[in-house]
Amino acid sequence: MPPEGTVGTVSPKFERFDEPIVLQSGARLDAYQLAYETYGTLNSARSNAVLVCHALNASHHVAGVYADDPDNVGWWDNLIGPGKPLDTNRFFVVGVNNIGGCHGSTGPASINPATGSQWGADFPMVTVEDWVEAQSRLATRLGIRRFAAVMGGSLGAMQALQWTISQPQRIGHAIVIAAAPKLSTQNIAFNEVARQAITTDPDFHGGNFYSHGVVPRRGLRIARMIGHITYLSDDAMAEKFGRELREGVYKFNFDVEFQIESYLRYQADKFAERFDANTYLRITKALDYFDPAAAHGGHLSAALKQASAGFLVASFTSDWRFSPARSREIVKALLDNGLDASYAEINAPHGHDAFLMDDPRYHNVIRAYFNNIAL
Amino acid sequence: MTPFDMPASLSGRSDFIAIAKWIKPDARVLDLGCGDGSLLRHLKEARGVTGYGIEIDDIKVLACVKNRVNVLQIDLESGLSEFESDSFDYVILSQTLQAVRHTERIIRDMLRVGREAIVTFPNFGYWRHRLQIVGGRMPVSGELPYEWYDTPNIHLFTIRDFENFCGTHNVRILERVVMAEGRPVNFLPNLLGSLAVYRFDEGPRA
Repeated sequence: MPPEGTVGTVSPKFERFDEPIVLQSGARLDAYQLAYETYGTLNSARSNAVLVCHALNASHHVAGVYADDPDNVGWWDNLIGPGKPLDTNRFFVVGVNNIGGCHGSTGPASINPATGSQWGADFPMVTVEDWVEAQSRLATRLGIRRFAAVMGGSLGAMQALQWTISQPQRIGHAIVIAAAPKLSTQNIAFNEVARQAITTDPDFHGGNFYSHGVVPRRGLRIARMIGHITYLSDDAMAEKFGRELREGVYKFNFDVEFQIESYLRYQADKFAERFDANTYLRITKALDYFDPAAAHGGHLSAALKQASAGFLVASFTSDWRFSPARSREIVKALLDNGLDASYAEINAPHGHDAFLMDDPRYHNVIRAYFNNIAL
Repeated sequence: MTPFDMPASLSGRSDFIAIAKWIKPDARVLDLGCGDGSLLRHLKEARGVTGYGIEIDDIKVLACVKNRVNVLQIDLESGLSEFESDSFDYVILSQTLQAVRHTERIIRDMLRVGREAIVTFPNFGYWRHRLQIVGGRMPVSGELPYEWYDTPNIHLFTIRDFENFCGTHNVRILERVVMAEGRPVNFLPNLLGSLAVYRFDEGPRA
């Protein structure tokens, strides 16, 4: 028996798809694989499935731990499990690694069947729409006609929103957390800095670094550092690190002096170990491209005309990456369409990353919303 | 917490019953300062209305979600810019007008967003309140349960004040109910009524 509140030991599963998928860019993948995990049990009516979409750095490993890697806890484990806000005693939860990812789904490091070597630079661009299409095919494969809910934070929330547009008949509720209906100019600018860091790393080799036996570590590290700064609030950083010095005095050199430098370098090292540079580039582009209103003259309300899901939208006051005002743009479009929607603006200090925190005000709203979803 | 289906006289919200009588079935309703969502839930179940509540307080927002009503955690003092003009049949502001900073703006916004507006407020002119003032103290009562130092109420006013306001702000009163202790008051309402409930719209342009 797993300990109370956790789904316990989990293992990834894989589904292979041989029906080609034509991507939004026009490129085509003849076959692909999706890595995913599931928790809880699909009920006999197949009505209790919840899809959890991941953001930039995460994967299908949403909850629980791996038997051979007990420290690798799922990234949303504090929210998902038996008795947790998304209760796996009641819901069947699916986490999926998106196409273009680097955690087991087909991506730039996979073998290109046309060449017999890794895709690298040739792997196509992927978009949120493409991911939703692939996720819906996985749902069909798992016998899920309609998700009770699709939930995500940040880029994951964009996927939940896209589900209500692309697959309105197959989603009951969208839980859209720390989202934006499209990136701001500043958001795109930060992404471009991250991409430049990677693509100008001499070890990048135009994206074909696999065959050189190297990884563009320097670029990945800087990309992660800049991303990480945008996930935290000024106050949260000040609270955690202040101007604290590692050795108490200035050393007048460029070694690690401030604790924040130590923290960023540590996070960057960890990230560069496990994340694929080509995946990072593509996911930041997927973020930049996301703009469901664009096809409707810039009117998000028009983009949501076909939507019928119930919505829970949540934002965090200290999130400056996707501020509450961005969530309220989404809320306005929902109201314009008379959709059932609730909006919680959580007064939390952590910045964008607040969506990953265990804050009772936030979790209680999520729990209450899920409790009211009829199966 | 008061169950939503408890008679309103017992829940201390006798204005809810008056409001519910006015709301046409299947109307679209916006409830400003909706508290725990009791009124919206009642209207949803009894009248089949759809709509949203606006509430700023974390605890009450959670209560609304539990009550299965749509709630938006928005500060209504910042205006109703999310809402298109004439997007609701009724915009309700129950026992909140006296706590709102920008009184004129909120009334204007209510009439922009809704075809009709409904407000309820404690009548400062109620004889018990007057008596306490004569006795040299700020009134504390069932409708005004706060001490002067902890009250959220910043704009206390009487029935006559409100009707004067309507007269000078092109607000057309459609219906009025005045109550005391849960019962209607028809005689000397500004003296004998503790709670006023109004339905109004934008008066004809001169």
